[in-house]
Amino acid sequence: MDENLRREIILDHYQNPKNKERIEDTRYIKVNSNNESCIDNIDLYILIEDGILKDIKFQGEACAISTSSTSIMITNLIGKTIEEAKEYIRHFQAMINESDYNAELLKEGIVYSEIYKQSNRKTCALLPYEAIKKVLENYKE
Amino acid sequence: MNREDFPMLNQDIVYFDNGATTLKPKCVIDKTVEYYEKYGASSHRGDYDIAYKVDQEYENTRELVREFINARYLEEIIFTAGATEGLNLIANGFFKNLLEPNDEVLITKSEHASNVLPWFSLSKTNGIKIGYIPLDDNHYVTLENVKKAITPNTKVISLAYITNVIGDIRPIKEITKYAHEHNIFVVLDAAQSIGHIKTDVNDLDIDFMSFSAHKMCGPTGVGVLYGKKELLENVEPLLLGGGMNESFDNEKEVYYKELPMRLEAGTPNIAGVIAYGEAIKYLQNIGMNQIAEYEKKLRKYLVDKLITIPHIDIINLESDSGIVSFNITDIFSQDVAYYLNKYNICVRAGSHCAKILKKEVGVTNTIRVSLYFYNTIEEIDMLVELLSDKDKILKEML
Repeated sequence: MDENLRREIILDHYQNPKNKERIEDTRYIKVNSNNESCIDNIDLYILIEDGILKDIKFQGEACAISTSSTSIMITNLIGKTIEEAKEYIRHFQAMINESDYNAELLKEGIVYSEIYKQSNRKTCALLPYEAIKKVLENYKE
Repeated sequence: MNREDFPMLNQDIVYFDNGATTLKPKCVIDKTVEYYEKYGASSHRGDYDIAYKVDQEYENTRELVREFINARYLEEIIFTAGATEGLNLIANGFFKNLLEPNDEVLITKSEHASNVLPWFSLSKTNGIKIGYIPLDDNHYVTLENVKKAITPNTKVISLAYITNVIGDIRPIKEITKYAHEHNIFVVLDAAQSIGHIKTDVNDLDIDFMSFSAHKMCGPTGVGVLYGKKELLENVEPLLLGGGMNESFDNEKEVYYKELPMRLEAGTPNIAGVIAYGEAIKYLQNIGMNQIAEYEKKLRKYLVDKLITIPHIDIINLESDSGIVSFNITDIFSQDVAYYLNKYNICVRAGSHCAKILKKEVGVTNTIRVSLYFYNTIEEIDMLVELLSDKDKILKEML
């Protein structure tokens, strides 16, 4: 992917993040994601109905990589079934960890395909994925 | 000044994270190696020559510390692993046995976690109350506000001498005088001040003080707890074992050693303590007042430049130390730190362990530049130039 395009997409999702809004609706499952090595702090709000991720929103303070990664993740996961979402997450994690992945499936998520070059930012890109994974794995109808 | 003494500076780096830890001069590094190469025995144990040498060197540092902070007695100097350990020891070894439900400990919202969490813990175990001395518009502590915050239940005031985000120097001498008139103990967290301004415990008349060696050119893993002798006598050791016992035959006949050994159980960080002595000599050689003056000048130079950049918001415009906390409009502090890292400039981003400060200043995270005497005008010029172009930051921070 072209370096300038990659930067443009990340910056756009950082400066104009999609689905960034605080949710009070109790039907949403709230999960916080932060990690020890960085100061990012993001809350995800996930609405699951009939096994489908009907809506996802997020709120919080985080760096450009975490914020944009969250915005892109949410955009790509809304409307997916739980299994499809898990599949997406698996491929995203594989990409970050330099394994084989399906680029087509990840859509804009591939802007982080070279983040492994800055190992201290890998956790930033993965931050929202770790959080939503926990919710999906523990989710019971 | 004195840049040639610091091997780390031979690399192409600009080090602005002195609030976290300072660099070590060659003499401190050499002394560490000297111990391991020439007399690497245990302390206070052996009857052979090199063990005797260890004791001499180890106790020599104690005397250097005593002189450095102008304590009255050697027994008032307890070696710890760092400022955090000292504060925990005081809270749990002294105040836990003294404070009763509803007794109050006063701190502020700008304290470091190490001067917050041990007290929070006593609120659980002892039912004490935590009170906050209000900060003024510059986030400073004033004697007036201390007076207002004190209640009949106040038993302890525990403050940083210099705080790690705002960098204000507190009027400790005045606070202590007033506190003592009201039978209130004063505990001083000197982690951020000890390497930057002259400290005189006698003049300040504080009851306890804790600090780390590594924030004053010394090694990591060494700290000092100072306490007035008559108070330290009543500190219950939290660590029991070798080095601190006089004798024991059975559980009913256990005798502990006198101060300072009673509070230094186990084999200490011998190399660290010995090398720490060199750090103290090194700083004294330069002169603490000269260090403070230089830092102040450097800070003013930095602030005067940053203030002209419209997209920079300085959190602590006024401050007496070398700490400058700021943010760049609409850019997360950590991204700025990553950007500067690309130019080998080391700054800190985050809440700096002062997590209850956010409500006070209204921002959670900041970029922090903390200066020391080996920083230069040229380094600041480089930083300012890199920060002055917001488009460049946005372009290069990813």
